[in-house]
Amino acid sequence: MGIRRAGLAALVLAIVLLAVLPVPEFWITQLNYIGIATLAVLGLVLLTGIGGLTSFGQAAFVGVGAYTSAYLTVNAGFSPWLTLLMGLALTLASALVLGWITLRMSGHYLPLATLGWGLSLYYLMGNLDALGKYDGILNIPGLSLFGWQIGQGRVFFLITAALVLLGTLSLGFLLDSRVGRAIRSLKSGTLMAEAMGIPTLRFKIGIFLLAALFASLSGWLYAHFQRSVNPSPFGIQLGIEYLFMAVLGGAGYVWGALAGVTITKLLADQLQVVLPQLIGASGSYETIVFGVLLVLILKYAPDGVWDFIDRRLPRARRKVNWGDAPALEHKPKPAAGDLVLDVQSVRKEFGGLVAVNDISFQIRAGEIVGLIGPNGAGKSTTFNLITGVLGLTRGAVTFRGEPIAGLPSRDIARKGMARTFQHVKMIPDMTVLENVALGAHTRGHKGVLAAMARLDRHEERMLFKEAQRQLERIGMGEMLHDSAGNLPMGLQRLLEIARALCADPALLLLDEPAAGLRLKEKQALVQVLRQLRGEGISILLVEHDMDLVMEVCDRLVVMEFGTQLMEGTPREVQQSPAVRAAYLGTEH
Amino acid sequence: MDFSIAGILLVDGLTNGAIYALLGLATVLVFTVTRVIFIPQGEFVTYGALTLAILQTGKVPGTVWLLLLLAALAALAEGYDHWRHHHAALAAVRSATKVLVFPVFISMVTIWVAPMQVSLLFQALLTLCLVTAFGPLVYRLAYQSLADASSLVLLIVSVGVHFALTGLGLVFFGAEGYRNPSFWDARFTLGALTLSGQAVIIGISSLVLIVLLWLFFERSLRGKALRATAVNRLGARLVGISSQSAGRLTLAMAALIGALSGLLIGPTTTVFFDSGFLIGLKGFVAAVIGGLASYPGALLGALLVGIIEAFASFWASAFKEVIVFTLILPVLLWLSVTHGHSDEDH
Repeated sequence: MGIRRAGLAALVLAIVLLAVLPVPEFWITQLNYIGIATLAVLGLVLLTGIGGLTSFGQAAFVGVGAYTSAYLTVNAGFSPWLTLLMGLALTLASALVLGWITLRMSGHYLPLATLGWGLSLYYLMGNLDALGKYDGILNIPGLSLFGWQIGQGRVFFLITAALVLLGTLSLGFLLDSRVGRAIRSLKSGTLMAEAMGIPTLRFKIGIFLLAALFASLSGWLYAHFQRSVNPSPFGIQLGIEYLFMAVLGGAGYVWGALAGVTITKLLADQLQVVLPQLIGASGSYETIVFGVLLVLILKYAPDGVWDFIDRRLPRARRKVNWGDAPALEHKPKPAAGDLVLDVQSVRKEFGGLVAVNDISFQIRAGEIVGLIGPNGAGKSTTFNLITGVLGLTRGAVTFRGEPIAGLPSRDIARKGMARTFQHVKMIPDMTVLENVALGAHTRGHKGVLAAMARLDRHEERMLFKEAQRQLERIGMGEMLHDSAGNLPMGLQRLLEIARALCADPALLLLDEPAAGLRLKEKQALVQVLRQLRGEGISILLVEHDMDLVMEVCDRLVVMEFGTQLMEGTPREVQQSPAVRAAYLGTEH
Repeated sequence: MDFSIAGILLVDGLTNGAIYALLGLATVLVFTVTRVIFIPQGEFVTYGALTLAILQTGKVPGTVWLLLLLAALAALAEGYDHWRHHHAALAAVRSATKVLVFPVFISMVTIWVAPMQVSLLFQALLTLCLVTAFGPLVYRLAYQSLADASSLVLLIVSVGVHFALTGLGLVFFGAEGYRNPSFWDARFTLGALTLSGQAVIIGISSLVLIVLLWLFFERSLRGKALRATAVNRLGARLVGISSQSAGRLTLAMAALIGALSGLLIGPTTTVFFDSGFLIGLKGFVAAVIGGLASYPGALLGALLVGIIEAFASFWASAFKEVIVFTLILPVLLWLSVTHGHSDEDH
């Protein structure tokens, strides 16, 4: 049994002991509050620590859950179990509106929108007669199960603790899954994720919704634990405090939520006693400590308290258990000689600058075409035009008979076009294997719920098997479990190729794959490229290593200053005076 | 509602809107130059109003002690950084002293002048100097070493600074609220409208400040340097514009604008240690209407916020804040539809 499992078992044991032993009621109550807040903070861990977005509205969603249940159980006599679902539904609807409006724009609009939303909801709760204004709603029924009252004590604590454990573990499961890898890719920009066919906007809205649902659940528990609600614990101040707890505990770790809430609550209890004595007046002075602490943490320990613990625990290596997993389905490939890509006078203007000036070429199945030219010739821009990263000014691109100009890059990726990047884009804190599995995203189907319930293991094994196969093919089979961020540059480029191959592409676009490779590795790369060609995959290659280009390419397209200089076989290009002049200048 | 009430509400809205405009401009300024979403802007408003209020009573305002405390911390940080990089004791002391000079000087003057009950105008000037001195110190202590962090981290730092400054406000000013005397008690009647002298002062000061800001950005080298930093930090650094001094200058300006807003708003409402937050956030809504990038947008947004707030307080006074802060959602929807899909800021 690993130390992490032992820790989890110890936690479960501690929870049971706390509930059974004669612990003072005060502590049971405290622990209930800690558990309830942890659920809300778990949502923020997913949203902020993992997804790189943030929200000040978490407390407001706690309020939505709490008030919905409070109002409907008191005024309509509904069962709390029914109002739980209603609260979740209302939360989902409001979060969907907020997320849909703001997440299409850059990251800082979500916190702004949730700031406004949190403030207005607070004042709304405090001024509506139906919700009891600032006095709130009293006499909320407690939870009961088949007529048996659960009360506010130990049994309630067991329910809270079970929900916290379930929430934390299921979030951990989610992060270690196909969708989880997609979520973890959001923080480092959407360009790479979209090129892997991942609909990033949907995932951003998704984690915002999930975070809000966690908050709503926390609010429901709060209402039926406290038996009364008023607006103050759902104000913007608390929304900020949840953020503080997440950062303090370690926003990048699911266990950071529990750690952050526990430390904050214990600290707040002490400070609320000590500080007023020290200052000689009553007031909530602990905010000073929290504020200063928040800045200091971000400066000196940005990964939070849990990071200190996590770093000392041995990291369990993923068990290779996919040896006998069935292979993923393959998409039908074009027959040899079929037209795969048809680029028809594409043009890109940035203001007055013509970066790509009416370039045309074709690629047939099983062909390697090199796109070469001096620096600044517009090769990478052409790449971006074909893959949908940039919009065309004019022209058309047809991929396997379908027009693809104007489609977003994720749709183009789903049609069977995979690419690598000139500047390597990967998730440094994921393993090599996980990074490569990201490429197979479009070949899996299991969603968030399946991942949280661990019902996706069969598909995961298939994905990892494919990732391992592609890594072995490019000679990286020994490095499956290395952290991707620790790889040297050349291997990072190879990783990108393996990732692209995982997508089962018909056309592979490689942007300077040999840069930073040593001679042996280059020769291996040539072998891989030839092997791929043999399998009927077409390749478009941008590369500065002329030996490699001349050795492996069937045809070359030469660009200079955005225009097409010539197209021909490597031999023709080598003999062209125009190409020589472009690279070396002319004699005067 | 008849015409005269509408007129009164309109004047009221524009008066408050002028203050929100100042705060909105400060928010845009800080965001464009430093990428910081500056939540604590409202705390400078509180500090400005309360400092003047306490000067009025003839006592030394708590601002002084807080300023000296922050200056000491900033000097220590500055000296230590210098020592670590250059290992020159004398230079370290010199750079630490540079941080101390202005805050200590203005504190001394305040301590000396406070019991003398000097004129209101002089007290106001003193207040502006005191609160402005906070800006660079806050930048030095909270933001400077994180200047290259992601804007998400900077936002969370802002939240921390807001917490700390509000709590410190409680310690140094107490929980009591103050209402400042009016700068000008005159009243003007224009047909059905009555215009208070304070409203006139608010309007004129805001206008003057906006013109001064415009001149600063258009005509002065420092202003142009700030604009350059806003457009491209790395580029600005390459041509010798320090993004650190740009940050300090920006926060000094934000503090100045905040303090001025506090002076202006002080006579119209009772200010408590935590009042600034809401006032600042309304400036914030204005800045968001301007897309956090456009000064004229923020200006118009602020007037809109002021007017909506005034009419809302007439029709549904309990829901005034709800209406103002919900306004942010349709605005964001509009921004999202018009600017949508430009979601890549990495």
